[in-house]
Amino acid sequence: MIDSWWLFALNCLGLGFITLFTRAFFMYPEREVPMPHWLKRGLKYAPLAALAAVIAPELFITQGALIQTFLDARLPAFVCATAYYFWRRGILGTIVVGMAVYLPLHIGLGW
Amino acid sequence: MADMNAMGQRARSIVRDPAFRVGVHAMGGVSLGIAAWALVTGVAMVKSGMTVSMALFMSFVVYAGSAQLAVLPLMIAGAPLWVVWFTAACVNLRFVILSSMWRTYFAHFTRRHRLAISYFSGDVIFVAFFKRYPGGERSPEQLPFFWGAASTNWVVWQAFSVAGIFLADQVPLSWGLGFAGVLALLGVLYSMLTDRTTWTATGVAAAVAVAAFALPLKLNILAAIAAAVAVGLMMENTERRLRDWRAGPAALRAPDAARGEKNPVLPLDEEPRP
Repeated sequence: MIDSWWLFALNCLGLGFITLFTRAFFMYPEREVPMPHWLKRGLKYAPLAALAAVIAPELFITQGALIQTFLDARLPAFVCATAYYFWRRGILGTIVVGMAVYLPLHIGLGW
Repeated sequence: MADMNAMGQRARSIVRDPAFRVGVHAMGGVSLGIAAWALVTGVAMVKSGMTVSMALFMSFVVYAGSAQLAVLPLMIAGAPLWVVWFTAACVNLRFVILSSMWRTYFAHFTRRHRLAISYFSGDVIFVAFFKRYPGGERSPEQLPFFWGAASTNWVVWQAFSVAGIFLADQVPLSWGLGFAGVLALLGVLYSMLTDRTTWTATGVAAAVAVAAFALPLKLNILAAIAAAVAVGLMMENTERRLRDWRAGPAALRAPDAARGEKNPVLPLDEEPRP
């Protein structure tokens, strides 16, 4: 696929269309798409569920399986970042603290 | 031509609105994570064997980090187009759900404007927006706020994606800089947790996403969303029932002649409560 520019370009245009199509799915129609009341209420949990579902495997899965060791730089970084967030409620600090724990353990000790 | 002029004027008035700057600032802390993530995505594209021009094209056309990372291995392996597209659609399915939330705020704009809003509405922008305007009421400052946040997100993402594409040989993926992106999302997630229901829904989503990780096409994300929505609704219902039960039986009310009632009425669940 990445040997031919044209095939690659077609692929990317399709992917760009998918980006637009999914993000505009309910925005495109002029009239409201009817939806049951309970679904509308339930959908407010969707964004945080999507986030949690993206994050959790990044934290707890290695090579397709649950991590088996505590010697993984992600775990202490996760704990420290979480503690910082609930202490100060700042996202920037959460990232900085997490990376300050993660990078030395990961690069230095190979965790 | 007049059309273009009107559009330019509209854009200028949006950028000058004070809410535009508020939107830019709302992305402040998260931008560090977005930057790290974009950098890693740029590096990964070039390391997978794309030329610089290909990677640039992909970054500016597709503009969807999680989908790009998901389809990269498929593209390298030479998978058929429909497999690549189907995978991207599955990874992006969460945006379908988010688009129904965006509609609450922006349904009254022209279709062209709605499409533009949609293309630039990533999930981080959604979170920033929803945190500021949780109620679902419309107000005129929401549009400049959205464009402030969305343009910041686009500029940061593309700038660092391009940097990653050109610095691919200097930034080893083994450093794990992408972890900063995970931490940014973690902070965003924490800021959305307000009560017992949201905490529980999040815990369920995380557990399902890990337990169902073996599903193909990242369908574990969809499974997690479905489970969290179900649990959220169940808890809401239970809490409402408990509240009603603690409040005790409702009082009798006088008969309403307009409804043809002759005797006092004990109201049960006549109308769905808000």
